[in-house]
Amino acid sequence: MSQSHPDTVIEPASRLSFNFRELWSYRELFYFFTWRDIKVKYKQTVLGIFWVMLQPLLMMIIFTFFFGRMLGVNTGGIPYSVFAFSGLLLWNFFSTSVTNAGNSMVLNAPIIKKIYFPRLIIPLSSVLASLVDLAVALILFIIYLFFAPVSINILELVFFWPLAFALSLVGAVGLGCWLSALMIKYRDFRFVVSFVMQVAFFLTPIVYPVSRIDLSFLRYVLALNPMYAAITFFRVPLSTDPLDPVLITISICASIVSLLLGLGYFRKTELFFADLA
Amino acid sequence: MKPILEVQNISKKFLIQHQQLPYLSFRDKLSGLFSAKEATEEFWALRDISFDVQPGESIGIIGRNGAGKSTLLKILSRITPPTTGRITVRGRIASLLEVGTGFHQELTGRENIFMNGSILGMKHAEIKAKFDEIVDFSGTEKFLDTPLKHYSSGMQLRLAFAVAAHLEPEILIIDEVLAVGDAEFQKKCIGKMETVNKSGKTILFVSHNMAAVSNLCRRAILIEKGGLKKQGTVSEIIHDYQAASLGGNTAQWTTSAPGKSAAYISQVALHLQGTQPSHTLSVKIGIASQSRHKDLFVAYDISNSIGVPVLQAIPKQQPFIKFSETEQIIETEIELPPLIPDQYKVSVWIGEHNTETMCWEKEIVAFEISESPAKGRSFPHSHSNGFIVPNSRIVNA
Repeated sequence: MSQSHPDTVIEPASRLSFNFRELWSYRELFYFFTWRDIKVKYKQTVLGIFWVMLQPLLMMIIFTFFFGRMLGVNTGGIPYSVFAFSGLLLWNFFSTSVTNAGNSMVLNAPIIKKIYFPRLIIPLSSVLASLVDLAVALILFIIYLFFAPVSINILELVFFWPLAFALSLVGAVGLGCWLSALMIKYRDFRFVVSFVMQVAFFLTPIVYPVSRIDLSFLRYVLALNPMYAAITFFRVPLSTDPLDPVLITISICASIVSLLLGLGYFRKTELFFADLA
Repeated sequence: MKPILEVQNISKKFLIQHQQLPYLSFRDKLSGLFSAKEATEEFWALRDISFDVQPGESIGIIGRNGAGKSTLLKILSRITPPTTGRITVRGRIASLLEVGTGFHQELTGRENIFMNGSILGMKHAEIKAKFDEIVDFSGTEKFLDTPLKHYSSGMQLRLAFAVAAHLEPEILIIDEVLAVGDAEFQKKCIGKMETVNKSGKTILFVSHNMAAVSNLCRRAILIEKGGLKKQGTVSEIIHDYQAASLGGNTAQWTTSAPGKSAAYISQVALHLQGTQPSHTLSVKIGIASQSRHKDLFVAYDISNSIGVPVLQAIPKQQPFIKFSETEQIIETEIELPPLIPDQYKVSVWIGEHNTETMCWEKEIVAFEISESPAKGRSFPHSHSNGFIVPNSRIVNA
């Protein structure tokens, strides 16, 4: 049969780099895991895809009422509802994919203990499965934009939106992989994650603009958040506010560092998952 | 020809934490920062295991529970890395440490075939090409589009096996998966494994079921306390293994609850002697009396591993077992018919009359027959073809 199959050598753990060629050869399994995650998610819910649309809409309405109307938050020219919706859209993707990816290794522990495949497939596919939610919410957002009193710069949109999605993905993969490895080791980390995500929601300029913060030092700290740049980029085509290059650079660096650290930590512990799980 | 699998000096060390928790918790880690270091102990699950497997060979891996068989399988399947040593695999390897890995209750039968096949390492096109065969083998075509949660456990098992049976690696590693399923299906699976092996594939088979090992494998490896004790032909290794376990083919039992009957069975010891096709089972029972009773009968029932009664032995009724104030030991010899390889369980009964039970200890001791009574038989034995293989010959040729 496959005489050309390369020799496999099983040795004590030493390499620190990922075997991307192997990962590529398992692309079908990657696809199946993603497909399963999506399928199971919508099979188990009555509201299904409807819930995915409802959630950002409801949140947008609530925040528009409290922050936009009652507190009168100034969003620099963008209608508050559009401002909140755009932030919630990306944040929801980020927080669900980080949470799901974080739990994914523990959930799939029975499989990990019984069969070999590159473990990275598991958190990656659960991040990818969350993209479906993002796509649904995005369509809703675009429809909403037609009715909202806002002018859109199409040229900027073509450039900045893909960048915003890419940055969210980078941040989610980095943090998700790190958490998934950590949770296999320390199961109670789950509670820490949901709390941290709630805090992070308010530390990210989702429902208020960063310009509302007077202390410049605090702005730099908040920019350490990978989602800061993603959400700011996403709003560029809708807004006339200038970008702060320093804050954006800090945030992009934070995304890349989180990706490298997350993957590195995952790789370091990957080999022993079956012993720990 | 180069070996298809080369295992060189494999060892595996585990660190045992003396605090018995199923997993670490972050909280403990934090509190641990401020307290003395936890005492850990090294444990070598495997030590210096080396062997080669030639292409097309089927090898049985035998050993008692905790000997390190599962760890070896996990290393070979790349689930966990070895601490030292090196394994070279020259071909596509697939391992079946469990049937139905990755089955999801919410997905339909059809979807699970694809998911499970993919986890086992089959390509999408490959699953598609074999899809009808898999469905056929499993016998679940009516329920293909029903979620798995509505399947009976037997159906789930058949579906899982069907997918696994259609794997076509060059090396197949199988853990004790055959221990499950009904007799009919087990036969189907052993048959399938034999065809896989005959088509030139290499099989590594781990099992406690000596009958299955001797049916499928020609060579075997005995693992004991993490080390490779011996390798050789399957009959040689099985013989060694059984000789090592509890000093020959013996089993013992002592009562834990005497009850209130006039006499009760206090202990049983059995010893299997001889070779196929003429085994003799020697059974010693202890009878203790609590109050006066008439003479006693004794009967032995032997059933097989799936609980079907195979035979009953009632020793000649002279001499009867008389009443005695002290415990008496009764020794009986039972000439066994040519039984098929299996695990057999022995029940012991005593009573004053054949309709009145005084004490009946059910399936308390067991013995195992590992060799086929028919020498050179290649067709596997299964429960559906009876339990006794008498000597037979054609006389008019």
